[in-house]
Amino acid sequence: MTDTDWPLWEVFVRSRRGLSHTHAGSLHAPDAEFALRNARDLYTRRGEGVSIWVVPSSAITASSPDEKDPFFEPAADKPYRHPTFYEIPEGVKHL
Amino acid sequence: MATAAAHQTARTHGNAGQEGGIADETYQRVFDATVAADERIEPRDWMPDAYRATLVRQIAQHAHSEIIGMQPEANWITRAPSLRRKAILMAKVQDEAGHGLYLYSAAETLGASREDLLDKLHTGRQKYSSIFNYPTLTWADVGAIGWLVDGAAITNQVPLCRCSYGPYARAMVRVCKEESFHQRQGYELLLALSRGTPEQHAMAQDAVDRWWWPSLMMFGPPDDESAHSAQSMAWKIKRHSNDELRRRFVDICVPQAESLGLTLPDPDLKWNEERGHYDFGPIDWTEFKEVLKGNGPCNEQRITQRKRAHDEGAWVREAAAAYAAKHSPRTEVEQA
Ligand SMILES: [Fe+2]
Ligand SMILES: [Fe+2]
Repeated sequence: MTDTDWPLWEVFVRSRRGLSHTHAGSLHAPDAEFALRNARDLYTRRGEGVSIWVVPSSAITASSPDEKDPFFEPAADKPYRHPTFYEIPEGVKHL
Repeated sequence: MATAAAHQTARTHGNAGQEGGIADETYQRVFDATVAADERIEPRDWMPDAYRATLVRQIAQHAHSEIIGMQPEANWITRAPSLRRKAILMAKVQDEAGHGLYLYSAAETLGASREDLLDKLHTGRQKYSSIFNYPTLTWADVGAIGWLVDGAAITNQVPLCRCSYGPYARAMVRVCKEESFHQRQGYELLLALSRGTPEQHAMAQDAVDRWWWPSLMMFGPPDDESAHSAQSMAWKIKRHSNDELRRRFVDICVPQAESLGLTLPDPDLKWNEERGHYDFGPIDWTEFKEVLKGNGPCNEQRITQRKRAHDEGAWVREAAAAYAAKHSPRTEVEQA
């Protein structure tokens, strides 16, 4: 890798007020300021966004797909976290 | 937990052969089941080496086509007949640059490096679509490219929005949204010429005559000669065969040509009631192979211009990197 090979950035775009930022894609840029400008030109040419975040790809910590099952398992055996787990007599309203 | 970005781990994660044959078999089963269930494969998932290699080759070739495809049309930006047409053409060519960038990013999630991909394009080790080796001789060519070349690209790309590899499919969704403007501006341009003076009409017809057959070749060789098709279909990278997509494109174009008041240069073109499709004449695959081999009218010119643009932009990349190093000590210019 040469010293002019710009680092990779992940781009997150808020499409409109009231919604959260969503991952749009990635790009190369020498620094954060350029990354923002490039992201504007690359991912919001048609008014797709009102706000952009750029994050160095190297700063992201990801869960490993290999750990998928044990890692997410705690959620699988707790059906009582869902409202449908509970039996409520018919006719009871606003619950 | 792995402390690295999705992109980088694609490289380090690789194919977990280190755990031996049994683990590999399990991984293969999970992969097959994911594809069979029509779910997407994501960058850090295990995938067969051949699947990864096929995707890198296809996505790289697609990315190269987008950026080389800027050249034939950019040729007319300074000579567009009105400010309106000029602004439209600039927006379209800029979109194609964007398409290239979405696709290079998608290839990078598989462990390819941007520098390496560009180097392979510049040295002819990776290809781009042959269609861009034809010259744009008149202004009407801009219209014919938008209508036919972008039209064929759309026909190819819409099914790719459901490709089994997530980042490629997502890039295609974005690309397809943008392509419909490309096709419509081309069609409108040709319509204006077709309804214009006799000279303008003739110019539009001439452009369609020259671009029709190369556009049909964009779908690739016939099914029985297509080397990678069957495996790509099994992996759900590809959803329809070359011939099927080509037939779909012809069926769409014939009535559109009629509305334009232009003819398609094929005496064998006629509706086949029985098949419910148009029949069309034989394609000159010798020409296709020649252009693919590098003997098209513009192969040399396209790569030379591409390399020159890259070399002449080197000082900009260097200056930006130097500026970044000086002004933001927290941002590493060297990627870890
Ligand atoms: Fe494109
Ligand atoms: Fe296009």
